[in-house]
Amino acid sequence: MSQPALSRRNFLGLAVGTAGAAALAACGTSGPSGAGGSKGTASYWSLSGPPGQPIRQAAVDRFNKANPSTKIGATFFQNDAYKQKIKTALGAGQGPTMIWGWGGGGLKAYVDANQVVDLTDWLGQNAAVKQKILPSSFGAATVGGKVYALPIETVQPIVLFYNKKVFDAVGVQPPQSYGDILALIPKFNAKGIAPFSLGGQSRWTNMMWLEFLLDRQAGPDVFNNVFAGTPNAWSDPSVLEMLTKVQNLVKMNAFVKGFSSITADSNADQALLYTGKAAMMVHGSWSYGIQQANGGDFVKSGGLGWMNFPGIDGGKGDPTDTVGNPGQYLSISSKASAADQAVAKKFFSTTLVDDAEKAGWVKSGGVPVLNDSASLFVGDDAQYLKDMSAIASGAKVFAQSWDQALSPTVAETLLDNIAKLFQLQISPQQWIDSMNGVIGQ
Amino acid sequence: MTSLAPPAARVNASTGAGGRSGVGWMALPALLMFAAFGLVPLVGVLLLTFTTWDGIGVIHPSGLTSWRAELSDPGLLHALWVTFEIMAISWLVQTPISILIGVFLAAFKKYRGLLAVLYFLPLLLSSAAISITFKALLDPNFGVGEGLGISILKQDWLGDPKLAVGVLIFVVSWQYIPFHSLIYQGAVRQIPADMYEAAEIDGAGRVRQFFSITLPQIRYTIITSSTLMVVGSLTFFDLIYVLTGGGPGDATRALALEMYQQGFMANRMGLASVIAMILVLVGLLLAQLLRRLGGRGDESMMEGA
Repeated sequence: MSQPALSRRNFLGLAVGTAGAAALAACGTSGPSGAGGSKGTASYWSLSGPPGQPIRQAAVDRFNKANPSTKIGATFFQNDAYKQKIKTALGAGQGPTMIWGWGGGGLKAYVDANQVVDLTDWLGQNAAVKQKILPSSFGAATVGGKVYALPIETVQPIVLFYNKKVFDAVGVQPPQSYGDILALIPKFNAKGIAPFSLGGQSRWTNMMWLEFLLDRQAGPDVFNNVFAGTPNAWSDPSVLEMLTKVQNLVKMNAFVKGFSSITADSNADQALLYTGKAAMMVHGSWSYGIQQANGGDFVKSGGLGWMNFPGIDGGKGDPTDTVGNPGQYLSISSKASAADQAVAKKFFSTTLVDDAEKAGWVKSGGVPVLNDSASLFVGDDAQYLKDMSAIASGAKVFAQSWDQALSPTVAETLLDNIAKLFQLQISPQQWIDSMNGVIGQ
Repeated sequence: MTSLAPPAARVNASTGAGGRSGVGWMALPALLMFAAFGLVPLVGVLLLTFTTWDGIGVIHPSGLTSWRAELSDPGLLHALWVTFEIMAISWLVQTPISILIGVFLAAFKKYRGLLAVLYFLPLLLSSAAISITFKALLDPNFGVGEGLGISILKQDWLGDPKLAVGVLIFVVSWQYIPFHSLIYQGAVRQIPADMYEAAEIDGAGRVRQFFSITLPQIRYTIITSSTLMVVGSLTFFDLIYVLTGGGPGDATRALALEMYQQGFMANRMGLASVIAMILVLVGLLLAQLLRRLGGRGDESMMEGA
């Protein structure tokens, strides 16, 4: 017994202290998957999970290594949990220095509440930073003519994925038009294969159908009017036409059985496609990485096909148009101290626009928001990256997803009504009336 | 279960303060806790109902705007209906089963002790874990029906409005029946054995004994257990949120979920606070109603013993 025995008092003190520390730690980190627990000068909140989290963490590590005197601490949250957590934290004045987001209506809510810093002048002074980023990505970062966020990470158009093996087995060709899609539906149903996979419980998955059908039908003007808050903008006849088309698809069993209880978060919708239970799926370009990771050799063996959503015969919309996320967005909290804001700005102007960042996102199967990425498109994913980049840059209109573009209040009503529309619980006219009721809110 | 706290704490406080032996101060800690974590937030929420707030910006006082908007929203009536539907059916399912299991487990037999441990297992799991498990099991394409190839299990369990409500009630029952059985087990064990002996001598069979002795004797326990079930079902949130997210459509959007969606998804804290107040009022009313149903409360359970 060379070591003095731990006295009872010490032991109790230790026990109480440990329990207390554990309790405090539990309070502090309820939710986030702690990233090393490093507590930095500038804090950075973002989304957890692959493929994004390791690249975000790598950027922070790179910055901290290059700038030993300052530190950025990153905390990652699950997608849906993050959306609530960030609002609550900002409302309580406990937000991070850097606020990760989707731009659009959500960003406008922060701007209206004076929560984020106006970056217009800073970008004017740092033109080199601005020139490194795709110009089309700035749209969703701009509120009232001023830029409140830096476009980061990847451009994510929504595309039509299909399972080539299933198409071959059934002996049909990929659709060239909406008419072809309608013709394919009964053929797949006859073979017991769902024509389209859909994670309907997530609701925004259903919304992508409305976005494409409306754009192909009538072009971008109708939604632009909605976005501008024009009264009764949803009353355009093309909206009724589009909603009727959606309900017809549901009635034709175009979507997999049980779609309304499938969530996109669990990736069950992607699994339906790569297991061959469904033939096609409309989904964000990020789905490629998920199918690559989860689908065995499905992507590698050339099983996955993709294309821009085809045009509607006689529709006014341009079939090169696309919709999705023109980027992800990072804002600086106006509540952060000047020193922290300076750290964040340095992070913006150095790490987030450097070559390692660009290469990291390309490697994950994404098209970076940074210019001149094409030379990096090599290897197995080259064709996919080239196609996504072509869709994004070739689009006359790259519209932002509706639920991101609109204010959270309108977006919730929109998603709610879309869910009911797919459930055939409300008629297209009821949908229009209900949506007209919240326009501009 | 915030709506559960007010009635319970009020009973504590009044009996404590009413004690003539000068031990009223003993209620003080509980009273302080209740004030800090029950009353203060409640008043805060009440004040929020008279404002318009998006959760991040400035709070604007707006009088009765939120009340008017929420009370004229057809979604509120629907959410109330869904809440009562789940409450009523889950009570009807849980109560008889809990009583039977409670009575069964009350007998001191070894194998029943083992069964009791097994029955109580679901109590150890959190609602979220239970929901995630059931969600995976009931997946329409990758779930247990598909996995085992049993066609009767291949239903659109969570995608069909009627089935979804049924599944919710099943999962609620699966989770809470053990708890209520435990309560009934304790109550049944307190019934004096000589009552049954006397009944047996008089020639009463098992069934007659159950209806004439057991049920009347556990009357107050039924009230207690029902109060917990009814008031508790007002606050079901995690279970519904994970299993169906309120869907399909709005088939399972109960009050607590409607409140979350208004407040944290649509950024309408004023409207969400109105729903919170309605939840509190409904909870208080139901708790009071069930207390009244319990009878005068001064007659002895031992009458005739």
